[in-house]
Amino acid sequence: MARSPDRRPGFSRRAQYGIFTGYVIAVAGFLAGAGLLIVSIVNPQAFSSVRGAASEIARPAGEAGAETRAAGQSVIAAIGAYFQAGRQNAALSREVAAARANALTMQALEGENRRLKALLGIVDPQMKPIAAARLIGSTSASARRFAVLSAGSTQGVRPGQPVRSAAGLIGRVIEAGPGTARVLLVTDPENVVPVRRVRDGLPAFVEGKSDGRIAIRLLNMGTNPLKRGDVFATSGSGGLYPPGIPVAVVTEVLHDGGVGHLASDPAEADFVVVLPVFQAPAVEALGASQQAAGPAPEASEGGGGN
Amino acid sequence: MPFPRLPDLPSLPRRPEDLVPQRINRAPSPLLASGLPWVSVMLTSLAVFSPVIASAPVVPPLAFMVFLAWRMLRPSLLPLWAGLPLGAFDDLYSGQPFGSGIVLWSAAMLVMDTVDNRLLWRSFVADWAVASLLLTGYLVLSAGIAGLAAAYPLPLVIGPQLLVTLALYPLVTRAVALLDRVRLLPLRSV
Repeated sequence: MARSPDRRPGFSRRAQYGIFTGYVIAVAGFLAGAGLLIVSIVNPQAFSSVRGAASEIARPAGEAGAETRAAGQSVIAAIGAYFQAGRQNAALSREVAAARANALTMQALEGENRRLKALLGIVDPQMKPIAAARLIGSTSASARRFAVLSAGSTQGVRPGQPVRSAAGLIGRVIEAGPGTARVLLVTDPENVVPVRRVRDGLPAFVEGKSDGRIAIRLLNMGTNPLKRGDVFATSGSGGLYPPGIPVAVVTEVLHDGGVGHLASDPAEADFVVVLPVFQAPAVEALGASQQAAGPAPEASEGGGGN
Repeated sequence: MPFPRLPDLPSLPRRPEDLVPQRINRAPSPLLASGLPWVSVMLTSLAVFSPVIASAPVVPPLAFMVFLAWRMLRPSLLPLWAGLPLGAFDDLYSGQPFGSGIVLWSAAMLVMDTVDNRLLWRSFVADWAVASLLLTGYLVLSAGIAGLAAAYPLPLVIGPQLLVTLALYPLVTRAVALLDRVRLLPLRSV
């Protein structure tokens, strides 16, 4: 196929000027885009209001999609269950027996915990969830990992609040519009979460790798005590995430840490819950001191351990 | 309820042109003829509001692929500066830092202009090769820009996405070619 001849305007001055103006606007657009890009890298929140308005417009489409997702998953799960009903029944019976024993132990521990806390005079802050909503969209083509939530500032959602599903931590809110909010998922490299190993409280922090897995970094150097299958939950240090939300399961042990899979895949979460900031005064004080002292090294985010 | 037998079902026409019964004294609707490329690119920008909540970049950059396919199929339909508004719209939804779409889409239009001047004869393979280069550049650069914003070397994670994108591009061009036939349906009576 030969190229079309309509880019050769002949002697028409009007057509020649039209083509020239097109080039001028295209190059100006490129330069303007570069300027906007620098602004948004220096100040990531610069265009949050425009983005918020855009997601408000697309919200109905996203909600319809979220419902389709839930329905589609249940159909697939039902078909899958049919094929392995017998084996699953046996496995589940064994699991229930084990879980019943565990539940009794848990009840005893909970009672003991309550008594010990009363002895020490520790009062846990009230953790009433702010809103329950669906994830209605995600940046599935970009290397950054954001999701859009179907609740916003009218429901009380504010930037900084943690988001969890029934199975574990999803991320934290970074921008809130009136009816939608943007969530920075745990798998984004910008999201650093202080965690501890559930078994013995070994402190660490996790950082997204952007490919669906997360890197687990230990605070104490030396021999690597991680094992495959270790479960990490939020530790509550830093004051942002409430303690005890499962985050990651170790799948690969490296020489200075590990790589884990998410405890809660955002694709499987039907509804997610927005929680209040665990200790808002502490977070504010930390932010103020960081502003006063300039950019802090990364270690301060995971500091404090258990 | 008896299941309808196959001959009873109303069959879809084989060609989009058959959707319009009368063709004499009719012309394409100007709104559809010039607006469909813009609308189709913007709708694919909204593909992030799909049922898929991905925890890794796996979905190809469909909006950019449709944009490129329109540019290759009808070189003069989208103006040279179309990357500015369409890239800005894509930035609102893609999760990239605002401005990366504007820069990369405008640059793609300028590169395509140069390519059109160099390659006098185009073919399926040549188009696919040029598109592969542009798509690779687009994905690597947008991951680099995202990594700059997140202070993390992100281009390492786009391998699978890149392969899917390159393999899927001919299909996107087929879909755009179908849209191009819908675009010129004679809907307006003269």
